[in-house]
Amino acid sequence: MLSEGSSFMKGMALGGIFCLLLSLLGSFTPGMQSSPEDQHHHHHIKAPTNDELQSLSEPQMVELSQKVRVYCVIMVQPKVLVYWATAKDTWGKHCDQAVFYSSESAKALEAVDLNEQDEWAKLHKALKHAYDNSGDLRWFFVARPTTFAIIENLKYLVLAKDPNEPFYIGHTVKSGELEYVEYESGIVLSYEALRRLVNVFKDGEKCPERGRSLWKLSEEKQLAICLKYTGVFAENGEDTQGKGLFNSKSVGSLIEDGMSKNSLDVVEGCCSDLAITFSGMSPNQMQVMMFGVYRLRPYGHNFHDSLIFLPPDGSDND
Amino acid sequence: MTRQRCCDHSDKEELLETRRGREEVTMKGLSGSRCCFYMGFLVGTLSLYFLRQVWFEMSMEPDVLGEGQDSSVAALSKKRQASDSNNWRMEGATLINLNHPHHIGEDSSVADELYRKVRILCWVMTGPSNLQTKARHVKATWSRHCNVVVFMSSIDDPDFPTVGLGTGEGRDQLYWKTIRAFHYALEHHGNDADWFLKADDDTFVVVDNLRWVLSNHTPEEPLYFGKRFKPYAKQGYMSGGAGYVLSKEALRRFVEGFKTKVCTHTTSVEDLALGQCLEKMGVLAMDSRDTLQRETFHPFVPEHHLTGKFSKSFWYWSYCYYPIVEGPRCCSDLAVSFHYVDAELMYTLEYWTYHLRAYGYRYRYRPPLSQGLVERQAQTERPTVGTAGRGRTPAGITVGGDGDQSKAESGAKPLSDKGGKETLGKIPIDNNRTAVTQERQG
Repeated sequence: MLSEGSSFMKGMALGGIFCLLLSLLGSFTPGMQSSPEDQHHHHHIKAPTNDELQSLSEPQMVELSQKVRVYCVIMVQPKVLVYWATAKDTWGKHCDQAVFYSSESAKALEAVDLNEQDEWAKLHKALKHAYDNSGDLRWFFVARPTTFAIIENLKYLVLAKDPNEPFYIGHTVKSGELEYVEYESGIVLSYEALRRLVNVFKDGEKCPERGRSLWKLSEEKQLAICLKYTGVFAENGEDTQGKGLFNSKSVGSLIEDGMSKNSLDVVEGCCSDLAITFSGMSPNQMQVMMFGVYRLRPYGHNFHDSLIFLPPDGSDND
Repeated sequence: MTRQRCCDHSDKEELLETRRGREEVTMKGLSGSRCCFYMGFLVGTLSLYFLRQVWFEMSMEPDVLGEGQDSSVAALSKKRQASDSNNWRMEGATLINLNHPHHIGEDSSVADELYRKVRILCWVMTGPSNLQTKARHVKATWSRHCNVVVFMSSIDDPDFPTVGLGTGEGRDQLYWKTIRAFHYALEHHGNDADWFLKADDDTFVVVDNLRWVLSNHTPEEPLYFGKRFKPYAKQGYMSGGAGYVLSKEALRRFVEGFKTKVCTHTTSVEDLALGQCLEKMGVLAMDSRDTLQRETFHPFVPEHHLTGKFSKSFWYWSYCYYPIVEGPRCCSDLAVSFHYVDAELMYTLEYWTYHLRAYGYRYRYRPPLSQGLVERQAQTERPTVGTAGRGRTPAGITVGGDGDQSKAESGAKPLSDKGGKETLGKIPIDNNRTAVTQERQG
């Protein structure tokens, strides 16, 4: 009995050591373990305050407004054509350039055919294509088919940020030691971040087109890992009050959550006034959202924003 | 001798047996402890794995976002509770609004002025069984923007609070409730408001937009506004569900009509009956559409009007006084009401109307202010420009200046802080390029 007990103990001890060894081996970027470097990186990005914007001179504002232009990478599937049509007809019009990426080609679908079913490979190829075709656009926004984005609010968030610095922004989630941006609520990349990413893509070892680790990682985590190799870390996008700007649910869903929690102020606790994304929306909901965001308002309430965004040409639902 | 051998044999056998036995015992012991070893190994691995996860989550800085959001919401709700008692004065079952809701970072000077000039009493048709399921959400959302709010029920409820009209409940009581509610409003609050709105507990009203619609009219005229239907009445009548508003004079005439028996309880179809009474009393049914002829009062939810297709046999087609428009032009940007709004949509609409916006977005529709307000606006404009710091029109910012205008789907232009954007849109603007040019010249 004693021998059994002691061997059990021995087994436990050995198992623990084995586990630790495994985690050390399996942990990513052994070179990046240094925590002081981590602490240098801010994990939150806050939108600029009025004071910050007003401290800028006129020519500075002009320059910023001309620089902040967004290339939208919108993933679609030919199976659900209506999402492509809706994104094109609604929020996509507010991108400086909106390009659709599809897993396969289909008639009537105007999209870049990635010829790919694997999610990570799709993202990989789409981002590479976006980088090669970005022209002089310096910010990149990646969306899924059911995501609705308010691009003006995205521009506001990154207004004072230099796209020649690496930025990887969205709603961040922590998984163990890895902090990644949730795909469903939209991913924002600056030009520099994308450039570094495309560079590390060339290294088939660090960032292969087909994920190779022991456990199949989701594409959002894979992206975070690849970016981490290049020294780019995920940052949570927030408004000046600290409320998250990227949402993985629809407005209705978030309101419903607030109501079931019996919170005192359902609307206040829902979402930011300058929210950038909502997700899980149906095409009809997206059309109504256009009305809610770009049209419906109470008369007599004005915001003296430091920048003016003009409505897109040839559109009647915004 | 044989016996000895026998014994020797048996001894040997015994020895062998015991040795075998001992071997077996030790073998069993070995396999037993081996088993335990493997089990221990597994347990050790798993437990350390989970311990590691927990340790990491605990050692990481607490989710600042979560905390930040929670604490800011908690702080705001506390503030709201405290200020609620400062915002409302209860007079019997009436809620008198002292400070209508203000938003951080906004300039609501125009809205504030309209609040003072266009006083609205909102009465909400509800019942005891709807207080917690419907009326409560009205109370938490749009009714906070009225000058005076009264919840009309069949029974008194001092806690909610509601007024008891002394009727029964049910569809057949609707007109009785309406008659008594309006009488109550005139009797108790005739001096507290200029306009009297009736809404259901599943109607959502954007009261600020209602003030805009009414701002060009005077409450001393006998007028009434709403979603206009055409059958059964010469000048038409206003849909009950979409909400309708009576001017003070119209309300006086309504009450007078019952006093002189010109009007009586004819039918329980409340909106039609009221419309017919008002017609008899010389009250005018008005056109509440915006300057682009888009409807402001809506008898259905936004999704239905914006994306739905009404089947040609639907009664709606034959009822609408003005031509039905489907798609985005169905509804004015300055929509006043929607109907059949459930609890979730109430909050959603409040969020869309008063909270969610696109930063810096210049709306396509920027209607003119009414005359009286423009003059005042000019006076208040100057301080806002001064404090904002920029008085200069940006030089060198042209519409096409952003070189890739053809490629770019939206151009961003910094603009000096001009305060009252309302005054700029003197001409109803459809083509926004015209607007920008005008601004540069102005």
